[in-house]
Amino acid sequence: MQRVGDALRLAAAGGRVLVKPGLYLEPTLRIERPVTLEGEPGAILDGGGTHTILEIAADDVTVRGLTLRNTGPSQSEERAGIRAAGVRNCRIESNHLDQTLFAIYLADVQDCLVRANIVRGPESAQMVSGNGIHVWSSRQVQVLDNDVRGHRDGIYFEFVSDGHVVGNRSERSARYGMHFMFSNDCRYERNLYLQNNNGVAVMYSKRAEFIDNRFERNWGSAAYGLLLKDINDSRIEGNQFVSNSVGLYLEDANRNRVIGNTFQGNGWALKSLANALDNVYEHNIFEGNAFDVGTNSRSNVSFFRENYWDRYRGYDLDRDGFGDVPHAPVRLFALVVERAPATLILLRSLLVDLLDLAERVIPSLTPETLLDDRPLMKRPERQVSRG
Amino acid sequence: MTILKVVRYVILDVVRNRWVLAYGLFFLAVTDVLLRLGGSGPRAMLSLLNVVVLLIPLVTIVFGTIYWHGAREFNELLLSQPVARGTLFHGLFAGLVIPLSVAFVVGVTIPVLVQRAADGQTTKLLLLLLLAGCALTAVFGALAVLIAGLVDDRLKGLGIALGVWLVMTVAYDGLVLWVAMAFQDYPIEGAMLALSFANPVDLARVLLVLRFDVSALMGYTGAVMQRMLGTPLGIAAAIGGLAAWTIVPGLFALRAFHRRDF
Repeated sequence: MQRVGDALRLAAAGGRVLVKPGLYLEPTLRIERPVTLEGEPGAILDGGGTHTILEIAADDVTVRGLTLRNTGPSQSEERAGIRAAGVRNCRIESNHLDQTLFAIYLADVQDCLVRANIVRGPESAQMVSGNGIHVWSSRQVQVLDNDVRGHRDGIYFEFVSDGHVVGNRSERSARYGMHFMFSNDCRYERNLYLQNNNGVAVMYSKRAEFIDNRFERNWGSAAYGLLLKDINDSRIEGNQFVSNSVGLYLEDANRNRVIGNTFQGNGWALKSLANALDNVYEHNIFEGNAFDVGTNSRSNVSFFRENYWDRYRGYDLDRDGFGDVPHAPVRLFALVVERAPATLILLRSLLVDLLDLAERVIPSLTPETLLDDRPLMKRPERQVSRG
Repeated sequence: MTILKVVRYVILDVVRNRWVLAYGLFFLAVTDVLLRLGGSGPRAMLSLLNVVVLLIPLVTIVFGTIYWHGAREFNELLLSQPVARGTLFHGLFAGLVIPLSVAFVVGVTIPVLVQRAADGQTTKLLLLLLLAGCALTAVFGALAVLIAGLVDDRLKGLGIALGVWLVMTVAYDGLVLWVAMAFQDYPIEGAMLALSFANPVDLARVLLVLRFDVSALMGYTGAVMQRMLGTPLGIAAAIGGLAAWTIVPGLFALRAFHRRDF
């Protein structure tokens, strides 16, 4: 058969359609029975710049090994490379998606797997580009080992529960490397978020788990390694925040546990607004950041314990590995900069160092209770890997 | 050709008095330790930044003032010979600035080369650091000869030199801080930049800080500064500013030297 569309119409439920190498320029393909659509290397489905390429409209569909490209831009419709709506148990594996508005678009699905796809977006402004892997109102979705580059949001979750995002790489997004909202009980593990325009932003969710991810080089005036807005009861553990404008930003985020992360070479390692309450920071490493902790409040509402601070100047007389003098991680200059950003021109000035020193000896402006009572004397053995 | 002879003599004299050797060895030791402790090249360069913007002005202005005073008898002797005052002045100035700059450059460069820390990023930062250091040496060398030329009393001159250093590295930043806080509701990025052009230490510091990748943390302020100072044109303007800071005090010092009665 010359056309994939014909093959899909004739395929029996449970059958397999194998696409031979070649360029297929057809109207939107619609899969309406549980089949496996598989491409041999070099099988290219082209949207001709005008429409969605593949639509999954049945349960138990597998799409594997295809190259899908060229949906063309659109301001009015959400064109996608692969679109699945209202189905269960779909598998989208090892496909190449190139120059699509949305690459993989899942709406209202359950038990779907998106694995090892390579997604290349247009790397253009966010106005004319869609999301790489877009999941809306779904349950138990797994997004594993994908490589997404140059979309608006690399990975986008909205109203998703029990999602797993593991081992992905998301870089150079026009907006966020990952963006999720209203998605409870999701787990994000071993992902790499690199050079995204605004970093990663997660909002309005509960019980999220961020484990062993790496947030790197998200530079810019509005770029955050990880921005938490209204995120409660979550775990942020073992992540690496390296060279971001702001490593971790908390706004209205409560009762989160930030444990065993490494903050290295960021502008601000951690920014916690006054409305972020009862967050616990333990066993983190802070080194080489311009500012370790920033806050806009004089009272303290979070707990710091047993972190390693490269700025700590105390001593350990009883040799238990913890400093005997509490460490105050908020520099006076950090407060000054928060109030008058133009003072940043004084960064690394002797005057500022002297003021910081005076403030450390006799605290009068920095939050008195924002202290790490048991700072680690030695940096824990934890290597920062190269991204 | 007289000027070369004077320069050669002054350089020999400056180098002979071992201060310069100690200065160079100091940079050698500091750079070596920073590279060993800091691990990566760029981080060591960042730590060196503080040393450069504080210590180079201090050492140059103090050493320069003392040396210029100490060289008075030699100057009187030379001026009794057929040597033009301008020639002698330029010779003395070059003889002061060149050994200090060379000591700094060599002291910093050797450990970087020996430890093979010079990857692309480090090399770029190193070059800018060396440039800023040499510019600061020239600026504070010019200020030193101006002070020495205006004030005859050796101790008084030394006091003024220390005062100038203190004002430029600390007190001036207090003024900048005050302006930034007082006018925080206004768009004052341009004014802040102008303020930093008015102080060579700040100018060198901002120029370096912008290069060290911390610019992005500055948000809007940083973006504005990056656009003005981070470009090649901005760097050229900053170097021009530092050059002006050398030439203007230098010219005043030359005038004072011409008017002196010896």
